Formats: sequence, structure tokens, C-alpha cells
Amino acid sequence: MSGKHGELTCQELVELVTDYLELRLPAPERARFDEHVTTCRGCQAHLEQMRQTLRVAGALREEAVAPAAREALLAAFRGWKRGV
Amino acid sequence: MADGQGSAQEGLRLEAARAGDERAFLELVTQHQRSMVGLARAIVGRDEAEDVVQEAWLAALQGAAAFQGRGSLRSWLLSIVANRSRTLAARSRRQVSFDGMAGGEAGGPSVEAERFRPPSDPDWPGHWVTPPAAWPEARLAAAEVAREARRTIEKLPPGQRAVITLRDVEGLDPEETCRALQISEANQRVLLHRARVAVRRALEAHMLSAGVGA
Repeated sequence: MSGKHGELTCQELVELVTDYLELRLPAPERARFDEHVTTCRGCQAHLEQMRQTLRVAGALREEAVAPAAREALLAAFRGWKRGV
Repeated sequence: MADGQGSAQEGLRLEAARAGDERAFLELVTQHQRSMVGLARAIVGRDEAEDVVQEAWLAALQGAAAFQGRGSLRSWLLSIVANRSRTLAARSRRQVSFDGMAGGEAGGPSVEAERFRPPSDPDWPGHWVTPPAAWPEARLAAAEVAREARRTIEKLPPGQRAVITLRDVEGLDPEETCRALQISEANQRVLLHRARVAVRRALEAHMLSAGVGA
């Protein structure tokens, strides 16, 4: 289901967002994607939401190794050393 | 991704740890533990993840000779975690398939069809009826948004969960992710797309229920 003149529709564009962000769209499709997004506020917002989703996921990363886990690993390491 | 020199240095650290150097071991732990736990959680769940990772560390020390600085140490460690996790999951008869084409991970549309004008629309077929609005940044930082994202990721099918955890949460690149999970790049991308779509939808529902723009 394409729009007039082979333009991308919004419904088609939302399926391509990850390929777009991963730089995996062939050049002609990338150009069609860019062209559509430039003039479509809904798709601009959708693309921004996808980027925001990535940022939210990235913020879930736990920055420090829990002290208890570290201690447990160290104990396992010492046990392993003795066993070698 | 670690370059050749980085890999060589990491190889030396691994070798030192294997020879019993605690400090070298703890440096490796500081660097790689979180990604390893993230991956193990994605496959076997929260309860067993730490045990799997501990086993993986010991297996890595034991088999340190097998790491010859090809690729990054991280992806080598992660492939050990992936293998052990799958073995454990298989032992308790849970099916773990990262193959996005199988195992009920088939995806529907990325955005509900009702949000677009029908194909028969004379003017703008396939265009937004109810377009989304970007979320205010201040709302995104809220703790309940993070909780919603985490909950959604934990409920995803294993392949999607593993891929989004490695790529978006832990920040691995596509090549490392494919190597750790032994999936193709195309498959990785499909799983990543479905997972991101699911999280975006959950966040949108959350924002709407919190009264933040359509």
C-alpha cells in the first residue's frame, strides 16, 4: 500500500524505523524515508518516540556490580583457585 | 567493539586471573559482570541468572586458553553465558529459541492498523488518523517509566528479550549480539524491532494513562 507517486505511507514507515536507525536501509529507501519524515509531523513524533524508547531502555543498565554478587564471585574464585 | 590491542590486553588479564590474580579477576568482573547477568536474566530469569554467570566465570577461567584474542573478550564471555543459560533452560524443559521466525515470536504490525487511514482512503491511504506526539523529556525520566519499560522487557519472548537487553540496555553492538546469541544479523534486527515496538507501545499506553499527550 503505497501513497501517491511511490511515496512511503506512514503505515509503511513505522515498519522501517529500526532498519533506518540501524543504517540498514538501501539508499533509495533511506531517501524516501527522509523525505517523508521531513514533511510529516506524526512520523517525526513516532521516530522521536522510538529514539526515546531506546534512551529509556539504556537507562535501565545497572551501573555497579552489587557488593553481594562481587563477594560471591570472589569466594567462588578463591574456591576455584584452591581446586586447581 | 574491542580492537586487536584491546583484545590482547583483555587476554592478558584473563590469563593473569587464570593464574590466580584476584585483582585481574575483579577488574574483569567490574567490566563484564552486568552484561553477563543481563543476558542470563533474559534467558533463565532473574532467580537463576547469578548462578549461571558464576558458572560461566569459572568455565571462562578454566577454558581461558580457548580465548585467543579473536573478537572481544566480552562477546566470548557472553557466548559462554548464552550456552550455559540454554543448557539450564533445556534441563528444566523450557524451550529457548532465539530464532525470531519460530517459537511464537511472529510480530503483528508495529503500530495498530486502526491508527491509520484505510487503503481505500481516496486522499491519504496509510496516513495517520491519530498521530503520536513525542513525550516530554521530564516525564521520561520518571521512575515509573523505567519500571514500565523493565516490566515490558521481562515479559517479552526470549529472543526479543535477549536482543533488546544486549543491544539497548547493555549497549552491545549488533555483531557482538549476533555472536553471543548465535543468530543472523537480519534475525537480530527483526527481534530488536519487535522488542522496541513492544516497549514503545507500553510506554505510550503508560503516558496516555498518565495524561501525557496522544
